[in-house]
Order: sequence, then C-alpha cells, then structure tokens
Amino acid sequence: MITKEIVLLNESGLHARPASMFVKEASKYKCDIKVIKDGKEYNPKSIMSILSMGAGKGDSIIIQAEGENEENVVNELANFIQNKIKD
Amino acid sequence: MEGLGTSVGIGIGKVLIYKEPKMDIVKENILDLELEMSRLENALKKAIKEIEHIYNTTLTTVGEKEAEIFTAHKMILEDPEYIGSIKEKIRTENINSEWAIKEVTNFYIEIFNNIEDEYIKERVQDIKDVSNRILKILLNIEAKDLTSITEKTIIVAHDLTPSDTAQINKEMVVGIVTEIGGRTSHTSIMARTMNIPAISGVENIINMVEDNDVMIVDGSTGDILVNPIDEDIIIYESKQKEFIELRKRLEEMKGKESISKDGYKVEIAGNIGTLEDIDKVIENDGEGVGLYRTEFLYMYRDRLPTEEEQFEAYKVVAEKLGQKPLVIRTLDVGGDKEIPYLNIPKEMNPFLGYRAIRYCLENAEIFRTQLRAILRASAYGNIKIMFPMISDIKEVREGKKIIKGVMEELRKENILFNENIEIGIMVEIPAVAVHSRVFAKEVDFFSIGTNDLIQYSLAVDRGNQHISHLYNQFHPAVLSLIKMTIDNGHKEGIWVGMCGEVAGDEKLIPLLLAMGLDEFSMNSSSILKARHLIRNISKEEMESILDEILSLPTAEDVEKFIDENIMINILPI
Repeated sequence: MITKEIVLLNESGLHARPASMFVKEASKYKCDIKVIKDGKEYNPKSIMSILSMGAGKGDSIIIQAEGENEENVVNELANFIQNKIKD
Repeated sequence: MEGLGTSVGIGIGKVLIYKEPKMDIVKENILDLELEMSRLENALKKAIKEIEHIYNTTLTTVGEKEAEIFTAHKMILEDPEYIGSIKEKIRTENINSEWAIKEVTNFYIEIFNNIEDEYIKERVQDIKDVSNRILKILLNIEAKDLTSITEKTIIVAHDLTPSDTAQINKEMVVGIVTEIGGRTSHTSIMARTMNIPAISGVENIINMVEDNDVMIVDGSTGDILVNPIDEDIIIYESKQKEFIELRKRLEEMKGKESISKDGYKVEIAGNIGTLEDIDKVIENDGEGVGLYRTEFLYMYRDRLPTEEEQFEAYKVVAEKLGQKPLVIRTLDVGGDKEIPYLNIPKEMNPFLGYRAIRYCLENAEIFRTQLRAILRASAYGNIKIMFPMISDIKEVREGKKIIKGVMEELRKENILFNENIEIGIMVEIPAVAVHSRVFAKEVDFFSIGTNDLIQYSLAVDRGNQHISHLYNQFHPAVLSLIKMTIDNGHKEGIWVGMCGEVAGDEKLIPLLLAMGLDEFSMNSSSILKARHLIRNISKEEMESILDEILSLPTAEDVEKFIDENIMINILPI
C-alpha cells in the first residue's frame, strides 16, 4: 500500500470541473484507490463521493492505492491534480 | 406583475402550467430481492437511455456546453457510490428501490447543502433531477410532455430542470416564467442560448394564472401581462417585431470587421469590471478590452487582494482574450470609489483629492503588488498597463520607474513576463489633454476617460441635481480637447483610445471616427451596435463636416447638427 499527501493549489480545489476530470482519471485504474481528507475516506472513482469531500484550495488530501501498479498510480494521480488540472 | 428578466425578448402566447408530477414514495418491504434488483437495473438502463437521448437533442438544438449538463447526469447515474449505496440499502434493509433512492439522495443533498461552494450547491439540482428521473420510471409516471407543444406557449412553472428545458420545442415555446431561479441558473442560461424570453422569481405565479390564459412576457424588463387588452397585444407585437429584427441585424455584425464605408479600420472593445463581464465581451464579439477596472478586486472585502489572487484574475481574462488586447487600469481608488480598509480620510473634494495614481505612488507596496501580478499575467496574453488620473509628467516617470523595478525583481526570480509591455495613461484631466504632445513622447498609448474629462473641463459634478444639466458630452470645448489629444498622440506615433461612456455614444461615434480615434472601448451591450454604425458611415464624409461642428457655439447646436446632418442618413438599428 502506497500513500502520498498533497496540497490542492488550484483555485477551485476539487470542486467543479476539476472534480469530474479527476474522477474520470482515477476510474482508468484497476487497483483499489482511496482519497483521505481529515481522517475520512472517499472514493476517487465516484463524483458524488469526491464532491461530498468539499476539498477547496489549500486543503491537504492523501491519495492511497493498493494493488496493481500501486506506486505508479499514486504518483500519476498526484501529478494529475498538481499539474494537469486547470480551473 | 413582474419578475427578474433572465433572457431578453418578447413572447406572446398561451399559458401552460407545468408541475412536477406528485410522487408518493412509501417504504415497503420486499419479498423477492432478485426481482427488486432487476427492477432497479432496468429502470437505471432506461434512465441512461433517456439521458443519452436528451444529450443528443441538446447538442443539436442548444449547444455543446449545455449538453455537458447531461454528461454530468450520466456520471451520477453510473456513480459507484451513489448507485452502490442504493443497492446496498435495498439488500440489507429489504426495502423497495423507491425508498432506497429517496434516502440515499437525501443523504447526499444534505452533505452538498452544507458545503460552502456555489458549484456544489448547484449540483443538488442535478441530483434531484436524476433521482426524479429514476423514480418516475419506477412509478410509471408520465410527465406533461413539453416536446409536442403545437401552439405558441408560455411555460409557467415553479422551477424547470435542465432536462425539462432541453426538451422544449423552441419554435413553439415563446416564453418561460418560473417562481424561483436567477440569471445564472441552468434554465436561464439555456433559455438565453435558445433565444427564449424568460423571467424568474415571480412568486406564486402558478396559483395566479390558469392554463390557456393569454400572457405577454418581456424578458428585457421582467414585465408580465396576463389576459392583456387588444391595445397591449398590438403594442407588444410591434415591440417584438422590432426586437427580432434588431437581434438579427446585430447577429450579422458578429465576426465582421469594424471598418468604415471608406475602408478605415478601428477597434471596438469592451469595458470590464468583474470576471463575468469578460464573457459578455466575448459573446458580443469585442475586439479586446480597453478598460479593466481593477477596483472591483479590492472592493467588498476587508483586506487587500494578494498578488496571487490578482494574478489569477488577470491571467483568466488574458487567456480568455488570447491575442486580443487587454488594457488593465491600475487601482483607481478614491473619488466616488470608497474602499474602507484603505483608510483614505474623508475629503471636501474627493474628485480633486487623494485618489488613483496619487494614492498608488504614495503607497508603493500596494502598487508594486498589483504591478507584479499584472506583469506576471502578461506572459499569458496581450496585456497593457494604464495609469489613471495622471496630471503631471512626473507621475508617469515615477510609475514607469516602479514598473522597471518590479521587472528587475521578476527577472531575478526567473519569472516570465512581457518585456515589451505597453504602458499608457488615461487622459481625463484637461491639463493632460492640452499638454498631450509632451505626454505622448513618454507613453505607448492614450485612453481618453470622458466621464472625468467632461466633469473636470466643465467643472460640473454630475451627481449634483442642480447642475447636472450642465454636464454635456456635446460641449464643443470637450470635443476640441478630445480632438487635440488624438492629434497629438498621432503626431508622436502612438495609438489613442477612449474608454468613457462617449465611446459608445451613437451620436458621437461618427465624430470620433472623423477625429481618427483608434480604439473605442464601451459597455459590451453597445459593441455590435457601434460596429453596425461604423460600417455605415464614411470617415472622409465625417471629416468634411468636423470643423463646422467644432466651431458651433453650444452643446445643443452640436447635438442638433449631428441629428440633422448625420443621424438622419444612418440606417437605424
């Protein structure tokens, strides 16, 4: 199991369009992934779950993956949030 | 009656009251779990099919952006957590699908309502829309069909979901009136794209009208007339005809050049304050932004905006404009624009006082933060910097020195910016207009701010009722100052624009064209009208009467001359 903590830097955090882009990206991976914020777990393959997390700019979240290619998946998703998401 | 007009235009038709069918959801225990599961699966499949159909219809009849709403709906319908929780509930509690859907949906609605984010709050509408769709399928409820309306109809509803709106037959639905919603609701946005007049926020309208009542809606004013007298119908029918023709003529102006009959090209740009305004500029095919009033970033808050906040705001606008020019005016505080936390003391004559560039040069830290943000954003578009309220050439030099310093800092930090960024000034103080030849040697452009130029030239506070009649943009002295500024700018090889209300004044545009104004920056709603006007006049012809106009004795003479000699020959729009 691999985890990585990141801080959301883009203006709308994981709200709005970035949320659905992130969910689409996470859904590509087969392994078991979780996003953890304030100790609570959320499902990155679910738009309802990610939106209900209410993560805004400046919030810190943990991405956790277990299974096939876990290390790669965590890095790819962290990179996606930090560099590919534009408001 | 009246409400908030959310989509312009006039509609006359028969009322159709559209109510969400009442759904009684009762909790039931199920006997056959497998049967219940396949019942749910079938309903979900049917719902997805319906949404795909609506998506395709919306794509062809409304547009891609609006159709995306239904991509989001499909995502909810296929959401592992949402659908997973519903199935889980059915399985563990042995209850019917309807009850499980209601409970799970309410659970998410409550969470979303508690998040302080407008976007997420709006998603509640989508969740309700999706869950109602599944429930209607499960309960075999047929809603009133909005697709097969065959006569001119005005839909009256408490609220319309995007799914409802997307299915409207836009040939027959001539108006939408709802009890709730605002300008930014999905329904209003879709109504505008579909060119259907719409009015929101009309309380209790459902109970005040009946099916088949005749109704007139005016989306420009928000007025609603129920069972109007014949005279009103005639009046509104002619207004409607005018409106449709005007819209058609203005639409035709989109994508065309702003060029006079004799081939002289100018730039018609928009003025903006908030981020929303930039979309209006683009919608009206503005050729740039001639004035970005940055005060709005500083107002209605309790502390200064950070460099980062400003950078983001400038960058968004710059990127939306692409290569089109964006003139950012540095903070124009003071005068009538009060920002409490800046603690500018009350003054006897605020318009002649401590404001704009005068304040910024004294408070260099605030100024530098803004300039850093603007320069950083200049790497993302075609940004120009403009100083307001310049009265002395020393202020220009001082401001440019500060910009140089900020550039040096950025270079050291390896931050990209436009090294050749244009720096210009507002010409709004008569002394600068008179002395403009000298100023033109030290700046890259002028933008004439007519509102202040008029009030300073004529010594008239236009907010003062006793003397506001003396405030007149046709005053020949004001026009001479404008001409002097343009001439001097051109003699020194710089471009001259205008960002005051005069730039969009239909009667003065011909004169400004004759004077050689290069850029006209105005309220977005005037852009297409101004283009139409420019395309219907000849610069040379206007030049031939310019001297005569400038030598007229009074403002009234000027206006009358323009009416009788210019306006009369122009195709009205």
